[in-house]
Amino acid sequence: MIPWLSLIIFIPLLAGLAMLLMPAERREWIRSIALAAAAVDLILSAIVYFSYNLALGGYQMVERLPWLPQLGISYYAGIDGIGAAMVLMAGVVVFCGVLISWNVEERPREFFAFLMFLATSVFGVFVSLDLFMLFFFFEIAVFPKYLMIIGWGSPKTREYGGMKLTLYLFIGSVIALIGALAIYFGSGKATFDMLVLETAGFSVDFQRLWFPFAFMGFAILGGIFPFHSWAPDGHVAAPTAISMLLAGVEMKVGAFAALRVAITLLPAGMQFWAPVVLVLATINVVYGAFIAMIQTDFKYVIGFSSVSHMGLVLIGFATLTKEGLVGAGMQMFSHGIMTAAFFAIVGMVYDRAHTRDIAKLGGLFQKMPWAAVGFIVAGLVSMGMPGFSGFVAEFPIFMGAWKTAPWVAIISAIAIVVTAAYILLVIRRVFFGGIPTDLAESISDVGLLDKVAIGLLVAIMIALGWVPALMTPMIESTVMRVLALVGGA
Amino acid sequence: MLSDLGSMVLAILPEIGLLVLAALVLVLDLVLRHTDNRSVIGWTTAVGLVIIAGLGVVFAKPGPAPILMWGGMLRLDGAGFVFRLIFLLGAGLTALFAVESEMLRERGEFYLLLLVSTLGMSLMASSSDLIMLYLAIETTSIPLYVMAGFIVRDQKSVESGLKYLLFGAMTSAIMLFGFSFIYGFTGTTNLYTIAQLLQVAQVPHIAVIASMLLALVGFGFKISAAPFHFWAPDVYEGAPTPVAGFLSTASKAAGFAVLMRVLLVVFADYSPVWVFLIGGLAALTMFVGNLLALSQKNIKRLLAYSSIAQAGYILIGVAANSEFGTTAAVYYLMAYLLTNLAAFGIVALIGRVTGSDEISSYAGLSRRSPGLALALLVALLSLGGIPPFAGFFGKLLVFGSAIQAGQIWLAVIGIINSVIGLYYYLIVLKVVYLYRSEDESKPILAVNSWKVALAVCLVGIIALGVVFSPFYNLSTLASHSLWTLGF
Repeated sequence: MIPWLSLIIFIPLLAGLAMLLMPAERREWIRSIALAAAAVDLILSAIVYFSYNLALGGYQMVERLPWLPQLGISYYAGIDGIGAAMVLMAGVVVFCGVLISWNVEERPREFFAFLMFLATSVFGVFVSLDLFMLFFFFEIAVFPKYLMIIGWGSPKTREYGGMKLTLYLFIGSVIALIGALAIYFGSGKATFDMLVLETAGFSVDFQRLWFPFAFMGFAILGGIFPFHSWAPDGHVAAPTAISMLLAGVEMKVGAFAALRVAITLLPAGMQFWAPVVLVLATINVVYGAFIAMIQTDFKYVIGFSSVSHMGLVLIGFATLTKEGLVGAGMQMFSHGIMTAAFFAIVGMVYDRAHTRDIAKLGGLFQKMPWAAVGFIVAGLVSMGMPGFSGFVAEFPIFMGAWKTAPWVAIISAIAIVVTAAYILLVIRRVFFGGIPTDLAESISDVGLLDKVAIGLLVAIMIALGWVPALMTPMIESTVMRVLALVGGA
Repeated sequence: MLSDLGSMVLAILPEIGLLVLAALVLVLDLVLRHTDNRSVIGWTTAVGLVIIAGLGVVFAKPGPAPILMWGGMLRLDGAGFVFRLIFLLGAGLTALFAVESEMLRERGEFYLLLLVSTLGMSLMASSSDLIMLYLAIETTSIPLYVMAGFIVRDQKSVESGLKYLLFGAMTSAIMLFGFSFIYGFTGTTNLYTIAQLLQVAQVPHIAVIASMLLALVGFGFKISAAPFHFWAPDVYEGAPTPVAGFLSTASKAAGFAVLMRVLLVVFADYSPVWVFLIGGLAALTMFVGNLLALSQKNIKRLLAYSSIAQAGYILIGVAANSEFGTTAAVYYLMAYLLTNLAAFGIVALIGRVTGSDEISSYAGLSRRSPGLALALLVALLSLGGIPPFAGFFGKLLVFGSAIQAGQIWLAVIGIINSVIGLYYYLIVLKVVYLYRSEDESKPILAVNSWKVALAVCLVGIIALGVVFSPFYNLSTLASHSLWTLGF
């Protein structure tokens, strides 16, 4: 019995601690350890993903140790279909994040160590089957996020953006904590075991009362309107690898926890509050897209596009239909990979051009073809083009929305057009047209490691677009369980 | 009869040990008067405290049922046992941190005062009689007044000591007045007898409530709850930093021990009144501490306001009026003790090296000494309630107790405050990690005893934040005995 999931959680943690114990001058060693840990985690997460037994379904690779039995707290790790997909996505993004941060000059020891701690946090959340453990790992992320943004972020906005992001997310997590504690005490089962809590049979009134706490708390991390503004500010202020992890993985942590805790444990609450969530999420989708459209900063475009796309995930949740939920799960994965690619490439462009002002960029295709191709593919995913992962994610969400609330589908469809507009505009202005003379000299192509990262992300986006069956059945197996709980409520 | 005496002596063996150790320290002070080995005294104190803690665990461990002894003056129970361990730990760490400071290291009587004060705390936690309680409180406080004003050449320190004395004497007089009411109406001084008499005797409610309010003033002062907190920032700022650490942790824990025992035993029947009062005090204390901390430029004042706020969180657990709530408060106290001692220890060292306690003097610390910066990070995040550090679990427990007791409003105020709190802790970390300074290449050297003490604190913070079970059991032991009214 190999404890796969524990290995995934604790390898980055140990790597991070080992780095902190090393002298700061051993830069080569430090970043090699980081890369090795990230690579091992990527391999392990792929093993976990592909060895998930669909025929069996449910939670697999379960590990359980008593932690504080007096209160019913245990170290209880296991994955279902969505969990496995999220672990794989986090594995990919962390690995790519290390690759593109290879040349960090500023205090690399602390940088990579904190990055590893952040990885531990997200993996921990994705595999938690214990409500307490989920929170424990959820909140560990607070300090690496903050310190990495202020320490390595873009000088102009890092203090503001870092503090804003950290406080928003902390507020979210403590609100959710209140909800979780209410679930714990309300169940009367004296356990944090979520599998037991699923069957606790909360009264409908109880679920309606506490759902907003549990859901909104986590959904803030998912970027729900009107608590989304931390996302663009924070993502833009953060260093590239952290932007990738924040937008790519951390926002999914929020959505995932909202699904696992709020929707799974309080399904009647979700049914009751669905109209509200639908309205908010629709605003997310449309408003995010329009705001993205008018940005002049390359990175802010992507920052707001995340807000818009996460809105689709929340819509998928709130439809409580099979299509909607499957689409939401697919979108969580697809958006994670896509936005990681976006931020990685934005970072590469910025490192070379030293500006993110779209008006000052142009013609970069000839200088950085890999980055350009990567950005275009991610752009097509973002627009929901068939043949790319975005399509297999967004199409079912719209189907689900059409079934339950057609107006949501109709209004959100506007966003698709707007998204196409701003993505195409950015692609044209940044990668095509004439190259400004001051850039023509200084811009060089991306390095080998960057190409590996872009290649990996692009390959996944295309593969999933052509063969959605690689993931859809996994998501579906979880969705059917959730829906069974909803039906049972 | 003789065996009775024997077991009674065994029960206070740790207290006897403290007195012996105090005498030993005095002798050592004389013997080592003209040598360079003054740090031996600090080490002796710390090692002695460890031995005393061992004595306590082996000989003075309470049985399953609490016992009143020494004529009803003391109660041998879980609360006394656990709190004694907390005080001994706090005193031991303070002794080691104090070696860092030349002013304290050179003067053996500092350790004497520390030990006598610890003795008082230990008696406070197990007192079951009003007179004993008052004597224990004074035994604790008087050495603390002197310790706060210990650096006589420093005006701030003297001012700090005097302020503490004036506030302390006043609140203690008010508290004693309250005690006299209780005695006047019931004719006894034993807490547990009073509790029984209050149930049967026709004592006017208003008188009982008045005496409770008066007693609360005294306890509120000890735990620096708002509105009895005014002394704390000035005293912490002026007092020698290790003393401020001791004041803010062990002394506060002792205050909580007494507060919980008196409320749960004497005023058990008046719980609707004091639950409301304590809940209000908790909310006020959290807001006052956190909001005033926001604008502080001096790290010791910041920590002072932060520890006012921390008292507020602990009061949430008390206000829950449940065994779980008391357990939460005790766990929180343990977590807080280690965390705040670590924070003050680091502040003491940096204050000595840079000669300043301004937050701005922490600029560049993460480059100057990455290890120290990480240690400060651990301490501040634990205060902020972030896992995997002790403060997280403490906060989770107190918020949980509020929710279990149906006091959702208190939990919500608590979370609002933890967000405010995290803000100013992060501001300090920002200075440490982001800002640069010209002194980055100058090393920060610490003596070994300081390193040992900090290491113990950090290991403890992480242990309480990751391995909950043994510490939770200790908290339950203390809490359960407070809720057991019989003897």
